[in-house]
This record gives sequence, C-alpha cells and structure tokens, in this order.
Amino acid sequence: MRNVTLLGPQRHHPNLRAELDRAGIPEDGRVVVVTAGWQERENEDDELCEHLGRPVVNLALHHRSERVFADDPELFAAHRARQDQLREIQRLYRFRLDFALDPARRLLQRNDLDDDVLDPEREAAIQAVRTLDAQHLARIRGIHRDYNLAVKLSERPSLASHLDEINGALDGAAAIAIAGGHVAVLLNRLRLFGGRRLFPGPLPVFAWSAGAMAITRRVVLFHDSPPQGAGNPEILDAGLGLISHVVALPHAHQRLRLDDSTRVALFARRFAPDLCASLVPGAAVFWNGRTWRRSNVSRLGLDGQVGPMEIAA
Amino acid sequence: MSLVIDRLTSDGPPHDEKIRAFLAEHTFPFVEGTSVTFVYYGEADAVYLQHFIYGLPTSQPFSRLAGTNLWWKVLDLPLASRLQYKINVAQGDNHRWILDPRNPERATDPFGANSVVATAGAERPDWTLPDDDTRQGRLVERTFDSAALGGTCHYYLYLPARYRTTRRYPLLVAHDGRDYLRFSSLKTVLDNLIHRLEMPPMIVALVDPGDRLVEYANDERHARFLVEELVPALEDELPLRGEPNGRGIMGASFGGVASFSTAVRYPGFFDRLFLQSGSFAFTDIGENPRGPAFAPVVDFMNQYRSRPERVAGKVFVSCGTYESLIYENRSIVPLLQDTGMTVRYVEARDGHNWENWRDRMREGLSWLFPGPLWMVYE
Repeated sequence: MRNVTLLGPQRHHPNLRAELDRAGIPEDGRVVVVTAGWQERENEDDELCEHLGRPVVNLALHHRSERVFADDPELFAAHRARQDQLREIQRLYRFRLDFALDPARRLLQRNDLDDDVLDPEREAAIQAVRTLDAQHLARIRGIHRDYNLAVKLSERPSLASHLDEINGALDGAAAIAIAGGHVAVLLNRLRLFGGRRLFPGPLPVFAWSAGAMAITRRVVLFHDSPPQGAGNPEILDAGLGLISHVVALPHAHQRLRLDDSTRVALFARRFAPDLCASLVPGAAVFWNGRTWRRSNVSRLGLDGQVGPMEIAA
Repeated sequence: MSLVIDRLTSDGPPHDEKIRAFLAEHTFPFVEGTSVTFVYYGEADAVYLQHFIYGLPTSQPFSRLAGTNLWWKVLDLPLASRLQYKINVAQGDNHRWILDPRNPERATDPFGANSVVATAGAERPDWTLPDDDTRQGRLVERTFDSAALGGTCHYYLYLPARYRTTRRYPLLVAHDGRDYLRFSSLKTVLDNLIHRLEMPPMIVALVDPGDRLVEYANDERHARFLVEELVPALEDELPLRGEPNGRGIMGASFGGVASFSTAVRYPGFFDRLFLQSGSFAFTDIGENPRGPAFAPVVDFMNQYRSRPERVAGKVFVSCGTYESLIYENRSIVPLLQDTGMTVRYVEARDGHNWENWRDRMREGLSWLFPGPLWMVYE
C-alpha cells in the first residue's frame, strides 16, 4: 500500500522535513517535488530545497506544460476547450447549488420544532445537495474521459520526451512532495503528465495545501467570507484519489467560520462519510492504507463542532 | 433605557468631583446603540457639535449641565454610521474649532484632521490595517514629463509583492495618489487584498494632480496625459496586460470626475472604473449652485446625461449617504446601467472623506478585479 501524508501550509511552520524523517526517508534519499501550483514561480524552490535537506528534483510540470502547449497546438486547443466546458458547467452547478444549500442551511438553523420532525427534512435537504455534488462530479469525470479518449495523451509525441524525463526523475526517488498554490493549475498539470501514473508503486507521497486537495478524491473549494459571492463550498473536480475518505481543508481556520455550528455541520454532513480535515500549519495526516496517524488536525464534526480528528483504524 | 448623561444626573445635580469621576470612568463620545453622547468639560459660553452630515444642521448646540462646566449633546445616529466632527467652543465672539479632547480617534485629510465616532457596524475593517503575515509590495516615487500637461507630473508606482517581469499584470490608475496613500492607507489595503487573494497582484500608478480643481474637472489635457502618455509608457516599460480589461481607473470626489471623464473621452480604453463619491454635479434647470469650480463638471455631466454611452465594461460606484453628493451618485447609476455597462453601486452611512473611500475599497477592487481566492491554497 502507498504511504500518503497530508500536511498543513508550510510557509510559517514547515513540517515536511520532520514528516520525511518520521517516515524513514533517508537523508540522501532523493525527493521529487511538484510546484506547478506556483505557476510562473514554479522554479523558485530554494527555500523548499533548503528545508528538505535532501537531494531534490523539481519535475517542473508547469514549465513543461507551457512547452508542450507551444509545441502541440492541437492539444492546447483541446485543453482550452475542455477548460471552457468545465468553467461553464461549474457556473451552472454553482447556480443550482445556491438554491440547494439554502433550505439545508435554514433547516439546520431551525429549532422551533422537535428534532424528530426536523431531522428527516434536514437529511433530505442535505441529500439533495449530495445528489447535486455527485451529479456534478460525474459530469466532470465524463468530460475528462472524453478528453482523454480524444487527445490520447500517452501517444502524443509532444509529451514523450517529458514523460521519459519525468520517469527518469521518479526512478529511484525516495519520496514525492506536492506543494500548494493554484489547485486547478496543479491538478491539470498533474493530469497532463500522467495523473496517478506519476505516483508509481509504493513511492511515499507528501502533499500540502492545494497539493493535499489535489490528491484526495474530491477537490472542494471553500471560503465562508469571500468579498464577493455566496461563499458556498463547491466541488471543483475529481482529485487523483491517492487518499480516500478525506476532504482536505488547508487554512480552514482562516477561510471557514469554524464557530458557526450550522455551517460546520452542513459542511461535514454534506461530505460525509469523508472526514473534513482542517489542515492548519503544523498539521499532518498519515495514511498507509491500513493505519491513520495524525497530529494537529481537527475535523469538522457532524454536530457542528470542530474537534480532534479521531479515526477508527 | 437611560442614557449615560441621565445616569450622571439621576441623583440630582452632580458636583465637580463626581463629574471628574464620571469622565474618567467613561470614554467619549459614548455610544449606546443609536445614541451618541458627546461631552465637553471646560469654560465656555456655548459649545457646538460641528459635523458634516448632509441633511442635518451642521452646527448642533450642546446643553450645559446647570451650575457646572459640563456640556453635552446626544445625537441620534443609525447603526453602521460614521461621523467626522469637531467641537466648536465659543467664548464671546471667539469660536475655536477643536478636535474632541476626549476622543483619540482621528481622521486626517489634506485639510487637517477631524474627530471620528462610529456606531456598531462601522468599525475599521482589519484589511485596512498592517498585517504581519502579509507580503509587502513596494512603492516607487517617480516623475513623468507630460507634453499634454506641459510639465512634470509626480506619481507613485505600486509594485505588488513577488513582482515578476515574467508575468502580465493589470494596471490601475488612481487619482490623488498621495492622498489615497496617506489618508486611505491604499498601500496597506493593496498589500492585504492581494495577499488574501481577494484581488490579483496588480500594478498601480498613483498620480498626483497639478492644479486639481482644473485638471480633474473634465480637462482634455489630463485625459490625454493618462491615455496617450502615461499608460502607454508604463505598458512599454512594465509587464502589463495592455488590454482594456486589464486596465482600471479610480478616483474620489473630483478624482471620480477625472476618472469618469477620461473614460468618456477615451471609450473602451479603461474597462474597469472605480468611482468613489464622484462630484457628478448636474443641473436639470437653472444655475449650478456649487460654485465656479463645478462649472466644467456640470457642463460635462449635463452633456453626458443628454447622450449617455457605454464607455467601460464594469463600473463600481460608491457614495456615503451623509454626503451632499448622494443624489448625484444615486442618479448616475441607472444612467450607466442603461448603456449596457455592468454597474455595482454601494452606499454606506458615511461622509465625503478618505475613511469612507478606504473602507469601500475591498468591495470595489475585488469586484472589478476578482482575485484567485477560490483557487489558490498556499
């Protein structure tokens, strides 16, 4: 089974190195890093390399993607068309979500009737949101499937040399580390260069912020107090699914109103049975397919409270 | 519920010692819901509250607590209101306008300072204050030799944190640049909103006026300076997007007129307009009552109102409901909307001042230039 570690944001309290040590990654073990979420700053990884204290190879997926798109206009056009399509259905989903969330939120807030009257209505309202989420996710997966069938990434000459170089970098690597940044850009670049195939065999994976979101099953965008818009959490895309049963919420303490029990309960119940994990600086969640380990991680509770992440092994 | 001043007098006329204790125990102005109690303690023949709320008498007399030197005034102020004021202390023919000695809250502007009081809901937003976590952009002081204006213009260039020549930035031109920096904390606001991903990293040219009342009152030379000289020079030099939807222009009061009139003279050049308390004076009939400085503005606005046209894509208009310009700003909104421009209009219970303009910045900038908040998790 694969060892996966999700971490909190690394800027102020980096714990990546400590988690590598804890996982037994040797000091001379090469760490392959993905910083594509940083976009044009992708190669500014000096601080990260210094922190890791190990040999580092940056896969430079963002830079590679720019070259691929320049060399392969047909692929670029297909990519743009897919992104346009995804944006459009995201807008439609958001429109429907606004209406679906409203009754769920209101019913959770009501306390003028007995719970045995309200609870079935609450559950039905939340189930309606889950159904909408599931439908949206299925549609996104369909778009990716059609795109993959159409463009046949693995057969494209424009990608071949990059894939060879990437495979060379992964060969013999001790771990792969995925940084945060722009989650859609990161996810797209990971997919372009193989998606799950980028993570061969038992290579341990360490990911934080957007990186953590990208390797879960569902990428959920969230902010309770944006300057514009309703602030409804929304599913952006299917993640790579290297770790299941977790919704990664980096900076949840800043982005979510964790003292609002209605919002917390709705979030947790909507995405249940997955655990909604608040990944604050210093947090770590480890999963090897059999055993969980966590530190400094809270979960959003079904009861609207935020508490320690207790996980049944 | 009795007000604080009633509680002082509930046991009969207070003596000096009790008044001193009362003043020491409370902070003034004392805000109780929508009632604000102002006090002045000292020798005077009369005391007045001088404020700038349009619609109320600007000079409101205090009452004297009989047999004492304590003067008080209770003003009814709605929630989420902010008031700038001075205290006018009269002794004989001598009137002294002073800052409220009991109120440390001040707002500064090019003309000095005023005392400030706010009711619940009008507190200063945290994003207007320095944040240790925020990456800092930098300001570069510059000059530009303008043929259009026939002289050297001063401006500041704001470069965002992590500025890179390898990416393309939107450009925002801000009128009254130095004042926005000094009185509306614009650099802090930009740093914070960019750091919080609520607006994208952008370059801002903060231009200072020469003769403001002339240059900003629909002056062709000013518009030419911006559109034909400054912006092209910046786009040649800096990594700017160089397309209409990557350009914005903003200003307050006469700066709002300068922004709008520039957009009207060069339709489509700036796709994003941020107009704060614009001095959009017009006349339906008769003379302009606002004085000669407004004459070119009134001519411009009357002309635009007679033949409104689409000049930008998105326009954010804000105004304080306590401003004399509220009527003009409210009435421009449907006019702009009817041309097909996307307009957002926001009011606040506030006055014609730099604090009002500062506190509307988040809503305006993040709407005109949405940041990657939803997508970026670092």
